[in-house]
Amino acid sequence: MTDTTDAPEEAEVVDEARTALLEAITDEWGDAIVDHHLIPGKDLWIRVTSEAFGDTADYLRDRQRFRYFNWLSAVDWMPSPFGRSMDAEVDKLISAKAGEAVEEEEAEEAGTGYAGGDTRFQVIARVNNLTTLLGVTVKADVPDDSLTVGTWTKAFPGSDWHEREMFEMYGISFAGHPGLRNLYLPGDFEGHPMRKDFPLLARIVKPWPGIVDVEPMPPLANSLSPDGETPGGESADAPSTTNPGDSQ
Amino acid sequence: MTFASLLAVDWPWASWPWWADTSVKMVFAIVAVLIPAGGTVYLYLFKMVSFMQSRLGPMEAGPYGSMQLLAELGKNVQKEDIFPEKADRWVFALAPYVVLMSTFLLAVVVPFGPQAQFTNLDTGVYFALAVSSVSVVGILMAGWASASKYSLLGGLRAAGQLIAYELPLILAVVGVVIQAGTLNLQEIVAAQNQQEIFGWGGIGNPFILTQGLGFLIFMIAVQAELTQGPFDMPVAESELVSGYMTEYSGFRFLMFFIGEFATANIFAFLGSVLFLGGWALPPFVTDLLGIEWDSPWMNVIGPGVMFTKMLLITFVIYWVRFTYPRFREDQLQKFAWKVLIPLSLVNIAITGALKVAF
Amino acid sequence: MTAVSDRRQLAYIAAQAADARVNVELEAEGMTLNIGPQHPATHGTLRIVARLDGEQVIEADPIMGYMHRGYEKLTEVRTYPQVTTLINRIDWLGSFANEVPFILAAEQLMDVEAPPRAQHIRTILFELARIANVTLFLGDMGVQLGAVTPVFYAFRDREHVLNQIEAATGGRFHPNFDRIGGLKDDLPAGWIEETKKSLKEIRKFCDQMDDLIVGNEIFQARTRGIGVIPADVGLSYGLSGANIRASGVDWDLRRDNPVGLVYDKVDWKVWTHPDGDSFARYWVRLQEVRESCNIVEQLLDTIPSGPVMAKVPRIIKVPEGEAYIETENPLGVMGYYVVSKGGLNPFRVKIRSASFSNMSISPWLLKGAYVPDVITILASLYFILGDIDR
Repeated sequence: MTDTTDAPEEAEVVDEARTALLEAITDEWGDAIVDHHLIPGKDLWIRVTSEAFGDTADYLRDRQRFRYFNWLSAVDWMPSPFGRSMDAEVDKLISAKAGEAVEEEEAEEAGTGYAGGDTRFQVIARVNNLTTLLGVTVKADVPDDSLTVGTWTKAFPGSDWHEREMFEMYGISFAGHPGLRNLYLPGDFEGHPMRKDFPLLARIVKPWPGIVDVEPMPPLANSLSPDGETPGGESADAPSTTNPGDSQ
Repeated sequence: MTFASLLAVDWPWASWPWWADTSVKMVFAIVAVLIPAGGTVYLYLFKMVSFMQSRLGPMEAGPYGSMQLLAELGKNVQKEDIFPEKADRWVFALAPYVVLMSTFLLAVVVPFGPQAQFTNLDTGVYFALAVSSVSVVGILMAGWASASKYSLLGGLRAAGQLIAYELPLILAVVGVVIQAGTLNLQEIVAAQNQQEIFGWGGIGNPFILTQGLGFLIFMIAVQAELTQGPFDMPVAESELVSGYMTEYSGFRFLMFFIGEFATANIFAFLGSVLFLGGWALPPFVTDLLGIEWDSPWMNVIGPGVMFTKMLLITFVIYWVRFTYPRFREDQLQKFAWKVLIPLSLVNIAITGALKVAF
Repeated sequence: MTAVSDRRQLAYIAAQAADARVNVELEAEGMTLNIGPQHPATHGTLRIVARLDGEQVIEADPIMGYMHRGYEKLTEVRTYPQVTTLINRIDWLGSFANEVPFILAAEQLMDVEAPPRAQHIRTILFELARIANVTLFLGDMGVQLGAVTPVFYAFRDREHVLNQIEAATGGRFHPNFDRIGGLKDDLPAGWIEETKKSLKEIRKFCDQMDDLIVGNEIFQARTRGIGVIPADVGLSYGLSGANIRASGVDWDLRRDNPVGLVYDKVDWKVWTHPDGDSFARYWVRLQEVRESCNIVEQLLDTIPSGPVMAKVPRIIKVPEGEAYIETENPLGVMGYYVVSKGGLNPFRVKIRSASFSNMSISPWLLKGAYVPDVITILASLYFILGDIDR
């Protein structure tokens, strides 16, 4: 259990409730916990082993009184193989302005996020305790070979749809889920759209126009009404930036 | 007065050949059914309801949208005649006509004046209530033949509801029949006009005064018979998407539409005959005018009187329709069997006892 | 872990009852009724495949995705300021409320805080969005149950609030007004007085709905005891907002965790109802609109002066990190889990929308209900399809 507490200037903020909760969890559930991350006054992350993920739900609900199931989701930590190719021209412009080299994105490594991670996919779930009003975000690595973790539906039936969504969007299976099938997508849909290597077709087929399709802003004080009068009144002696082709 | 004497002679069509007689009556029947239907639809469905809902309603077709009905008619007639693929075509096509037929049959016995009547049956009340349930057949036909699950559910709901509310409707009228001592609608009008309230005959004795409970039950049952809210579960547009009418469009839908609203009028006519004194003017008015209560003049005035009373009753019908949420199917059945029918039986018992006592 | 809990038992009571009855009676397959995707009660394109026995639902399976727009994917190729345009369209009736949690999450990652005036105006607009949203529900619930008139009143009176939102932000439905570090603009002149006037109209509307709908015997007969959600079942399904408060759970993020919004400066009350049925959900929402009027009125009198925009760089680059911010939106808890890898675009945005979780209880809740009650239950859960499909 490394001390991954946040930046030093916030270190003096003491979050007794979350620290105590973290201690309680590490004491009782220590075997399963790989890592944790605490931002005092903000939030708490714990990362459990893939095998323990399913049981963590029961543990948090029954032992720590986290009765409220908030959501379950997943992250694909692989950097997008498309790099910035799907960005708009304007984004590249902005990147250049911001001093960020557009090309060096290729070198980007698979990140890990708070509390670390070893695999490409991670599942994230969040539960709340309505008595202490604390929430905790649970993370678990999804084994790269089987892409399967335990289901939360036994503890929280509401996890059903969330897991089905992750199943279709990332291809992650949940062992013990009563009916794992597509939620949004048609049954015969191929691929897992939220994976980073699934191309965003709209941007592949046609380059994202970004600012290109925005008409150039007319020069100031030249916003002509159809009959050629300036809306400002009779004072038509506007700066002569008028496009000569437009007037009359 | 020559015009009066003109009216006093035998009606011209009494000596006409049967086909001329029938043709004239058919024209009058269409007038008597369609004109009030159009009038109330425009006045109430388009305008009054719009004002209730803080909107204007149709404003474009004619002054204040008064030609909107013609526009609707034109729209519906132009539409493509669609049969669902698996529909039972003959039954599907026939169903709206069966419903509309029930409406016209109802109009047959309604008296609009001492002689202004299509036919004067001795069992007028009985006939009216009997033919009013013919529409159930049409609705079931529509629900079944559409080959749509929504239509089927709607048709079955409608059948259950119409049969359940047929009974309170009949029982509510029985009180009137007991009090008038006749099943003939003309004689019921006469009874209301001739009877006196504790010796004062100024307004006759409209049965709404003595049969108030009966009138209430009658109105509720009519509301249910018409499948208008709060009893519109069979056509519930937010769940069954218009129920048995789901698959109908164009002219056939128009037939259902006319059937629905024309039946509302005919029931209102019936209600005014049974409870509000019918076509007759109150005796003190006829005294002021110096005519007999059943003078031939009433054949001209009577329809006007009936129309006014009909407008009053339909106003209530539409008012209720657009105000209340709808009952669920089982609540609606419970209401009919556990509330309305016992109440109307009590009403009959009291009426009978009083009839014997006085 | 523990044995089968009471929650799970509850979850299967309805199923077992329905199955047993079918097996005993006929062993016939019920009729399958497709409610939707185009159906007046689904206000959008939700489809519910219901297996019916007579008019009773044996099994209901909601099928979604007819309107999925892939916002989670799209956010990955948009810069942070561009994302608000997208997420405006999630819950399209209370759009401003969608922007706030995302902006707050980005602010937390960037470690900036909006100036007090901006926070104040944000809270006001947030509550106005709630009024605009829930007002429509109050009328719509009537029309689902067959009372046509209230929905017209709802559309009429919602306009007062929409006008104010438009006056402040420039958009009736999609303000796109929130910026990282503050707001796009300050309030226009005279806006506070006008808003107070419009709140009076909303209060009048609430009284009307109290008379027309809540006080109506038929409405009560149709909604009381229909679609009862026990509190613990609701919690395990992730229900939020008025749906969970109507089950007696006294939990409101506005009071319990008001991140970046100034609810703690206002005197107000969280409404709950012990019954957990459709009526309770309607009643709680009605009280919440009144409470929102109360909140906005107090806030309008205490807007501090100052700038509406903190100092942020022109080009927003969010440092590496993860943040999850949730707020109490009109439909329930809405949160954004933002993962940043230090670029211009978010690396991953998980959108936790309220309707998605609220609707996930529907297969459980619809089991054993009658077809008319299906409509009541769906209407009272109050979902917006953009909020389910994202």
